[in-house]
Formats: sequence, C-alpha cells, structure tokens
Amino acid sequence: MNALFSFFAGLVFGIGLIVSGMSNPAKVLGFLDLAGKWDPSLALVMAGAIGVGLAAFALAKRRHTSWLGLPMVLPVARHIDRRLVMGSLLFGVGWGLAGICPGPALVLVGAGVAKGLIFAVAMLAGMGVFELLERYAQRH
Amino acid sequence: MTIDLIGFTPLAALAGGVLIGLAAAMFVLFNGRIAGISGIVGGLLRPKEGDVSWRLAFVIGLIAAPVTYQLFAALPASRIDASDTVLVIAGVLVGVSTRYGAGCTSGHGVCGLSRLSARSLVATLLFMGAGFATVFVMRHGGV
Repeated sequence: MNALFSFFAGLVFGIGLIVSGMSNPAKVLGFLDLAGKWDPSLALVMAGAIGVGLAAFALAKRRHTSWLGLPMVLPVARHIDRRLVMGSLLFGVGWGLAGICPGPALVLVGAGVAKGLIFAVAMLAGMGVFELLERYAQRH
Repeated sequence: MTIDLIGFTPLAALAGGVLIGLAAAMFVLFNGRIAGISGIVGGLLRPKEGDVSWRLAFVIGLIAAPVTYQLFAALPASRIDASDTVLVIAGVLVGVSTRYGAGCTSGHGVCGLSRLSARSLVATLLFMGAGFATVFVMRHGGV
C-alpha cells in the first residue's frame, strides 16, 4: 500500500510539473531571467502548490501516524547552518545553468529527452559523490 | 524588466501548481513523508531495509508521468538550450548540493514553505537568488 500510494503521488506530482510548465527548462529559465523578458508563471506554480500544501501540512503536523498507519516523518532540523546555506546557493547555480531541478529531470527522462537523461545521470553521479564523501567523513 | 506576456501562462501554472500541491498533500497524509525529490532519490543511494520500495515507486511515478500524460494529450514542447557539457556540470552541481543542503525546489520550496519552516524559507530565498544571479551572468554578463 505504501508503495502504491507513493507511485500515485509521484505520478500526480509529475503531471503537475508537465501541466505547470516546470518540465520545460526554457520556461524555467524565462522565470529566472529577471533582466530579460520575464515569465512570472512559476511564481503561480509555487502559489498553487503552497496553497494546497498549507492545509495538508497543518493537518499532518497534528498527527503521529499517516492515514495508512505509517509513522509521520517530518523534518526536525531547525537551525540554519553552513550546509543549508552553501547547499542552497550551489543548487541555485546548478538550477540557473540548465533550468532543471530534480523533479523535472526525472520527468524529462520519462519523456525520452536525451539532454534530460544526460542531466539526470550527472545528478545521480553528484548524489553518489555526496554519499561517498559523507561515508568518508564519518570514518575519519 | 519587461514581462513576457506571450510566454506567461497563469492558468496552466496555477493548475499545475495545485496538482503538485495535491501530490505533496497525498504523500504526507497517506505515506507520512515529505515529497522532496532530491531526498527521495538520494535515499536510494543509502539503502535501508523497508525504505527502498516506496522511494522507487515515487521515482517510477514521476518517470511514468509523461507517458501517462501522452495517453490523453500531446506533451507540451520542452526546450533545453544548455550544451551537454553545461548539463553535466549543472547535473553534478544539483546532485551534490541538494543532498548537502538537504532539499530542492520540492522539499524546501513546496513542502518546506507549506510547513512554514524558517529553514526552508532561507533555503528557497537562497537558491532562487542564486538562480536569478546565475541566469543574469549567463545571459547578460557577457559570458
């Protein structure tokens, strides 16, 4: 059941990315290009998503288990540290270079876009490098 | 700044955003998890028992989205202008940084802001700011 609901959540999320235009890197860059011909669409994507999300998370915060009886796993970190700041800044640079973030990368793979696949493989390699560095840091 | 009135698609953007919000809502209420794509994918590289199938299922759902969409309508056009070299650099950067900063557009942007998390607000402002700056340098900085 866990996996089935997870699949549908991923599916709806992906369809949302397609409908919203987020899976089109040129459109994402149109939003990030404030000095050019600015396309404000993505601000409305965020507004629509957060509008629904606010209600859902308000409900989720009051529960200890999910509707499927699974533990409610919400982030506990509170402090703003170097990792959050550096990670977010570097993510913004990577996002701005290609106009692709992790969700749309996977949607582009499903759409059979070769350049999307190149990005996605590089992203997975980057995540793999992070894992190796973390394991190395833990041992030393 | 001029607004791109032809490219601006407010209704589709809002509708797609609502779908993304519904997916995140469904995921937290049924599965008890944050729909943060980098975290879900990254967790697969740190496999723990009982933790793999739901992650894989979510990823398969995302990949299946364009295939499913195509059953009903033609996929909207997408365009990637970046060269293969830039795509590799951007991909590695996004992979490492989202794991290091514990989130991306979905985890910090959509879910974090919906949870009213100050940490995610800082993250979102920083990656948006860095994204704006990067595109400015790439398009208007003479690079």
